[in-house]
Amino acid sequence: MRRNAPALVAVTIAALFFALLPFGLSDYHRGLAASVAVYLIAILGLNVLTGYTGQISIGHSAFMAIGGYTTAIMSHYHNTNLILTLPLAFAITFGCGVLVGLPALRLSGVYLALATFALAVSIPQLPLKFSTFTGGSAGISASKTVSNSWLYGVSWSTAAIAFLFTWLVLRGRTGRAFRAIRDSEVAATSSGVTLAIYKTLAFGVSGSLFVLVTNGFAQPNEFSVTLSLKILVGAAVAGLGSLWGVLLGAAFIALLPTLSASAPLIGSAHGQDVVFGLFVIVVMILLPTGVAGLVPRLRRLRVKA
Amino acid sequence: MVELARKLSLPQRRLPGSPVLLLLIAACIFLTIGSLRSTIFAQLTVAGVATGVVFGSLALALVLIYRATEVINFAQGEMAMAMVYVAYQLMLWGLAYWEAFFLTLAIAFVFGVVTQQIFIRPVQGRSVIAVVIVTVGLFILIDGLVEWKWSANQRFMQAPFGNKIYHLGSVPIARQDLGTIVITLVSVTALWAFFRFTKLGLGMRAGALRPAAARLVGVRTNALLAVGWGLAAVLGAVAGLMTEPAEYVLQPTLMQPVLLYAFAAAVLGGLESPGGALVGGIALGIFLNLMGQYVHFVGSVLQLPVAFAALLLVLLVKPTGLFGHRTVRKV
Repeated sequence: MRRNAPALVAVTIAALFFALLPFGLSDYHRGLAASVAVYLIAILGLNVLTGYTGQISIGHSAFMAIGGYTTAIMSHYHNTNLILTLPLAFAITFGCGVLVGLPALRLSGVYLALATFALAVSIPQLPLKFSTFTGGSAGISASKTVSNSWLYGVSWSTAAIAFLFTWLVLRGRTGRAFRAIRDSEVAATSSGVTLAIYKTLAFGVSGSLFVLVTNGFAQPNEFSVTLSLKILVGAAVAGLGSLWGVLLGAAFIALLPTLSASAPLIGSAHGQDVVFGLFVIVVMILLPTGVAGLVPRLRRLRVKA
Repeated sequence: MVELARKLSLPQRRLPGSPVLLLLIAACIFLTIGSLRSTIFAQLTVAGVATGVVFGSLALALVLIYRATEVINFAQGEMAMAMVYVAYQLMLWGLAYWEAFFLTLAIAFVFGVVTQQIFIRPVQGRSVIAVVIVTVGLFILIDGLVEWKWSANQRFMQAPFGNKIYHLGSVPIARQDLGTIVITLVSVTALWAFFRFTKLGLGMRAGALRPAAARLVGVRTNALLAVGWGLAAVLGAVAGLMTEPAEYVLQPTLMQPVLLYAFAAAVLGGLESPGGALVGGIALGIFLNLMGQYVHFVGSVLQLPVAFAALLLVLLVKPTGLFGHRTVRKV
């Protein structure tokens, strides 16, 4: 217990910080901060899969779409309380994840990446086909909109729960198993079921939250492959295999476009892409373990000196 | 040269297993009978081959890089798209279509080599994920740069083949489809000859199959990796320049759907097999075209999901693709 004391202090400080933060923010920035939490949950899910087990997935936008549409449809047709839709979205995404995960067990490495890629491309097409039910390309909206403060509260509490859950899972037996999987590909193929479960759990939650952040509105375009790539980038920039880096990665992909939009020279939409792309490449080249890898590196430097 | 190949003990060419071969023969017979019985069927098949070879050549570019670096280059389509814009710019400056075409291929080669040297080399050999993320970064970067320079508005380019239509019996065949097939097959054949008959090509095959052994006998694998990226960029540029006339307009999203189908084609063929990529591309092109006409439920919206569902099915039956072979891994 004593060994965990610094971590406990850090967690308490972080919790206090995020609990008090909304009081110091404008309504617009509260919305932005909520989107950081949503990305955080998504990256957390991917980080467990890729960082701790070494499997690449590009299918998370598909799971997010499933979660998101569940929330929007439940609210739209049945006027369900939005918070109550979260566990349901969770359950449905979980089911879909297991269904997809089971056959995906046969695949590994690049083939798994491509299979999940296929999923990410295919799922957003389905709402277009069954447009009478899902609103087609115009999307479907929840029956009521929510305030940014509500959003902030819900998304950050969920993020906190997800974070705690992941931390508990990873520090125990399961975490050891995951790391063992990463080190041996053969073992990975034989114990993939649990992976699919943890992964889809996280994606389900983040998906339904994602819809809320986009003003209770689910639209096929929102869940394109680009979303998956963005999350993959966020996870890599943060440092795969590091729980604390996830926060940085989420902040990076949620805030950088907005920040660079107000910068002078590159303030156009294309300028944002240029900055985003360059930044990703530079971080990957200069910091092999992501931004989170900087801390132990600096510590090692200090020890040497 | 033969001695070098022997020294490196490069594996012999392997033919696909008999079930796959039977399947392909059955598909050919089906297409021939269909084409003989219905003009529309024949027309769709030829058009399908034309789209298919374009998928195939981009897939081949992916396979080239996959064989050399074990990584899928997510930026392959965007690199090709950027090269189409270069050709567009050259034509604005007054070059004729075919002058611009060949100049663009040369520029594409340099572009591929430089990209590999600047962006890929520093992360090469670190981890698969690092290289994949860098190519994703390149995807976003190139997209941004192109939109910055040329804006996202639709542009119109000179058409290379015109809109003449030939008749083979009663089957109308567009000159454009024919031109696409010929140009793509010529470039693929040239590439194959390069790998098969030149010392540089042999070195590259060796570097891809046995990197350590190749280095030991004096192959400069690092330089050859860059050449591989250059060649892949050239193939991509050909695919891009052949996609543009089929789409009629030039815009930054030009190659994104093509890249998806190229992925599918490459996986279908088994990622390590160049021939498989081409066959996979053609099969996919024909399949999509026929399905769009004869299966009304699918329409244009479900084309992607159905194509990928078929792909997943193939992968479940044969996880290494049609022409791939199993590699045994030990702990």
